[in-house]
Amino acid sequence: MSITALGPYEFKSRDAVENYKGKQLMYVNWEKHRMFSRPFVIAVEPSLKFSELIEKFVTPAYEFHPDFAQIDWSKVVWQNSNTPFTPQLDKSLAENGVGHKDLIRFTTPGLDGLNGIGY
Amino acid sequence: MDMKVAKKLGLKERYTMMTRDLAWDTTYQPMDKVFPQVTYEGIKIHDWDKWEDPFRLTMDAYWKYQAEKERKLYAILDAFNQNNGHLSVTDARYINVLKLFLGSTPPLELMAGRGFSMVGRQMVGAGPRVACMMQAVDEYRHCQTQIHSISNYNKFYSGLSEFAHQQSRMWYLADGKSFFDDAITAGPFEFMVAIGFAFEYVLTNILFVPFISGAAYNGDMAAMTVGFSAQSDEARHMTLGLECIKFMLEQDPDNLPIVQRWIDKWTWRGTRKLASVGMMMDYMLPKRIMSFKEAWEIYFEENGGALFKDLARYGVTVPKCFPQTIEEKEHITHQSWIGFYMKPDAMSFHTWSPSPEELDWLSEKYPNTFDKYYRPVYEHWAKMEKAGKRFNNKTQPMNCQVCVTTVKYNEPGDPMTTCFRESIYKGEKYHFCSDHCKEIFEHEPEKYIQTFITSHQVLQGKCEPEGVDTDAPDFKPGSHMMEYWRLDPDVQGDFNGSLDQKNFAAWRELATKN
Ligand SMILES: [Fe+2]
Ligand SMILES: [Fe+2]
Ligand SMILES: [Zn+2]
Repeated sequence: MSITALGPYEFKSRDAVENYKGKQLMYVNWEKHRMFSRPFVIAVEPSLKFSELIEKFVTPAYEFHPDFAQIDWSKVVWQNSNTPFTPQLDKSLAENGVGHKDLIRFTTPGLDGLNGIGY
Repeated sequence: MDMKVAKKLGLKERYTMMTRDLAWDTTYQPMDKVFPQVTYEGIKIHDWDKWEDPFRLTMDAYWKYQAEKERKLYAILDAFNQNNGHLSVTDARYINVLKLFLGSTPPLELMAGRGFSMVGRQMVGAGPRVACMMQAVDEYRHCQTQIHSISNYNKFYSGLSEFAHQQSRMWYLADGKSFFDDAITAGPFEFMVAIGFAFEYVLTNILFVPFISGAAYNGDMAAMTVGFSAQSDEARHMTLGLECIKFMLEQDPDNLPIVQRWIDKWTWRGTRKLASVGMMMDYMLPKRIMSFKEAWEIYFEENGGALFKDLARYGVTVPKCFPQTIEEKEHITHQSWIGFYMKPDAMSFHTWSPSPEELDWLSEKYPNTFDKYYRPVYEHWAKMEKAGKRFNNKTQPMNCQVCVTTVKYNEPGDPMTTCFRESIYKGEKYHFCSDHCKEIFEHEPEKYIQTFITSHQVLQGKCEPEGVDTDAPDFKPGSHMMEYWRLDPDVQGDFNGSLDQKNFAAWRELATKN
């Protein structure tokens, strides 16, 4: 459907990628660890290596959780929104197919939060 | 010569002369050019005179009633302030309810006032125009009296002075702002459904009753009196909203699908906005009235259900989100407090871990969900707090493109999994908290691609205090948030150990002992 309006109605997306000076938005969520309430958002260069994403952003964001130290990173299951993918750690976000406003979700098998209840 | 004494007008005549007779049809310009807004939404009106005014209130009578209410209200406020009423509230923690309320509610009353002023100008019939004008004045009054009643607390406690600056800047106030911005940028009939019907009629009780009784229960005479003073206005507002719905539905059968879509949309948007009210009831009031779940059952499921039964004769069905809200009533307040607790440095009110007694109260009120999902989180956090590691999540949130709340709700039927929805429009991805928000977006993507999402704007460098050079090579977006928000350093951090807590205890000591 499209909007009903009194006159011409055309506006740009407030979050178009060109508004981020060469960076792009991305969201990260650790599945079944809802103690963090919601995913976090960052603006990063598409050339950022996936390993750097984990080191510089994912780790400081999530290390507060007692499960974090127990993560076996070789067993982590990654999704871009609902689509599973296997990231190449030494490759960039762009090379891993991660684009503007993508939501990266990761599941840590066997680690389902406090008491295994998703938090 | 005999004096000819004019006969005193009867009530009905007086009403006609003082309202309906004040309107006229334009002749220099065609009516549809003077009133273009009433047709473009697709609502068909054949006879504006069919609009009923349930109150038959004339402007002069209105002034008289309202002035009387104001006199009573301010007499009580003065007495409360002169007697250090702020020290008679149950606990300093209570004042955080006022901080959240002041940031979120008076600015929205103001927006309601603006909205009804606009709609009053846009509508054609004299009946709705007069009613909208009165409601506009009511809403401005609510804004003002709420600010006045809380201003006394501002002399003593942190976090209150910059509420007007913060309203359009703080991340957690964005949902309410977005609700009203969406409504006020719609046409007049959609605005009436959004505010007059969905908000005033379907949802107002759940905002009002808990706030007023919460204030009364916790010894806040000032806020309680403001609430009572607004209540008779709200009765008028509810009637206007319902009248507008019936009027549209009676005027033309083509109006039904449009109205139904608006009911679905705005009931959902209102529900999302009320999550923080529920959190106030379950977590913030030192002395609780009832749980959010109980309030939802009485005011939404029972009363709302009865209302929709009544509207069924017009073909209106229960809002689409009804079943989801029933499932969510067991969860949303806990999910909200979790989201707030973890941001002690980014809010204009304090948060804290619930005490063991409070945890027990929550277990009792939420037997299906609390012990299983939420108690372990609070117990873990309390343990961490004792170890000197109070949780402080420094990251920026992901928000829903439509309702702008943080994406924190669970997948329907699965409390362990966060609910995500998305949509692609003109090559760009947009994220939502729910099916309902996604549907709202997909109906009018042109509108919602403009949504102001605070965390995104921060990352664009648009949320900086004056004087920051956003083009400097070492510029780091978001590094001056405290100045940008004008956040009082005293309101940061946990309630326990706060200046408010210390001052309140010291002052109460002075007031009650030698
Ligand atoms: Fe109001
Ligand atoms: Fe109202
Ligand atoms: Zn939403």
